[in-house]
Amino acid sequence: MKKEYSKEILEEISAKFPKVSIKIHSPRRTYIRISRDEVYDFAKFLFEEKRFRLSTATGIDTRDGLEIIYHFTLDEAGTYYNIKTVIPKDDLRIRSLASFLPAANWVEREIHELLGVDFIGHPYLKPLLTAETWPADLHPLRCDYADEHKDIKIKKKP
Amino acid sequence: MRRVVPIGPYHPLQEEPEFFKLIVEGEKVVDLEINIGYNHRGHEFISPTLTWDQVPFLVERICGICSDSHPYAYVLAVEDCAHITPPPRAQYLRTIIGELERIHSHYLWLGLAGHFIGYNTVWMWVWRYREPLLDLFELIMGNRNHYAINKIGGARRDISPEDYPKIEEYLDLLEKKNAMFTKAILDDPVIKARLEGVGILSREDAIAFAVTGPTARGSGIAIDVRKDDPFDAYDKVDWNEVVFDEGDVLAKTKVRLIECDESIKIVRQCLKKMPEGPIETRVEEIPPGEGIGRYEAPRGEVFHYVRSDGSNMPVRHKVRAPSFMNIPSNVVAVRGYSIADAALVLAAVDPCYCCTERTYVYEKGKRKYDGQDLLKLSWGKTEQIKRRYKK
Repeated sequence: MKKEYSKEILEEISAKFPKVSIKIHSPRRTYIRISRDEVYDFAKFLFEEKRFRLSTATGIDTRDGLEIIYHFTLDEAGTYYNIKTVIPKDDLRIRSLASFLPAANWVEREIHELLGVDFIGHPYLKPLLTAETWPADLHPLRCDYADEHKDIKIKKKP
Repeated sequence: MRRVVPIGPYHPLQEEPEFFKLIVEGEKVVDLEINIGYNHRGHEFISPTLTWDQVPFLVERICGICSDSHPYAYVLAVEDCAHITPPPRAQYLRTIIGELERIHSHYLWLGLAGHFIGYNTVWMWVWRYREPLLDLFELIMGNRNHYAINKIGGARRDISPEDYPKIEEYLDLLEKKNAMFTKAILDDPVIKARLEGVGILSREDAIAFAVTGPTARGSGIAIDVRKDDPFDAYDKVDWNEVVFDEGDVLAKTKVRLIECDESIKIVRQCLKKMPEGPIETRVEEIPPGEGIGRYEAPRGEVFHYVRSDGSNMPVRHKVRAPSFMNIPSNVVAVRGYSIADAALVLAAVDPCYCCTERTYVYEKGKRKYDGQDLLKLSWGKTEQIKRRYKK
């Protein structure tokens, strides 16, 4: 029963947002690729109409750009819908979801400080986890951070 | 006139670094600001520098109380990525340890909550029966905390059949005592008056803040990873999801108390049904791809995401603990209650206790309240209610 429910929703998604590409990894894990401009409307559709829950979001620094995955879940179906979007490294901006989804507030603040993505329209985009003295332009989870600080990372006790 | 009452940065009774800034008008809390990050240890940064098999030991040390839930979610994520199914015996072993841990974590909260409202008897009692459980862990896993049971593709340790009677013996004791606590705590008119209607988190707010675990189930949202997305032995045993609609501190207490009963049920059935056989499968390599692991920790859903490029280390490992979603909901739960209640409400999502030891309130450069004073405020309110009942 649960599986069919899941299928129905996927059909509705592809009817409403024809540009998305859907990949089913396993029965309860689905990955959906979408362009940056559509993320806001898509997330709003999932949260307000379909009552999905935002579990969290992951930011990954990849070769093609900075990838953000919003992990939405539908608890009745027990399924994770992972909304993937790639934003180019020379323009690290995306529209914030926090205006209609309070749960996104801390999630976006975390990505903002660790990866340096600007969430446009976020009510309070201040560092959440790093110390007050931490430089604002240093983002620990970027690949270039590890390169620049290689000597520190591999330093071992004598 | 608005004043600020800082709680923290060295947090709540459970001694965790969080900072709550209560904005009060007289006794009434009108707003709350939360600051975290005093103990950021960079696990997501360290994890890609370790091999797949080393990471469980790292994530086990994220939290001392639910030290089973993070490695559990991590191995589920890697198994999802590589499509590995652990052997049946390993599935039951992991479930048993996970459920025993839930009992000891809920008891820790219950004891501290008792202390916090001035019922030290509850505190002493509950911890008296939590202690043998930790001894049991030492017996079967070799350690009171950090059991290191989870391994990609199975379990690291086996429970020998000689130890079954000891677990059963403890469960018998606990079942009796848990019934006693439930009756004693829920039937006490003073405790009821103190907890009922305090710190209500409405269903709508709970959905908006995406809270998980007992915090959500206390607000009438029936979500439990063990039911919604069953893994290991959870769909092979019979148990019930505990949900209450009120959303106040009493509802959260009820959820936790009754969940302990359900955990006892699960462990009993697992011990009975546990098949013989190997406890691990051989894992050759982790193919490129991505995986998601979720586990219902005592505080809510733990979420782990891993991405593999086919090497011996993860490329990215994302960790999301349940409190990360639960703590922001305090902003709405605490609004409109008194300072004496605030301490309790902040405690109700579980890691959150009013930081008693290091809280000071300054007025014109002079210290007004410290942690002890806040405790006394909370105790004072309980005393008032007691007096009302004596009349």
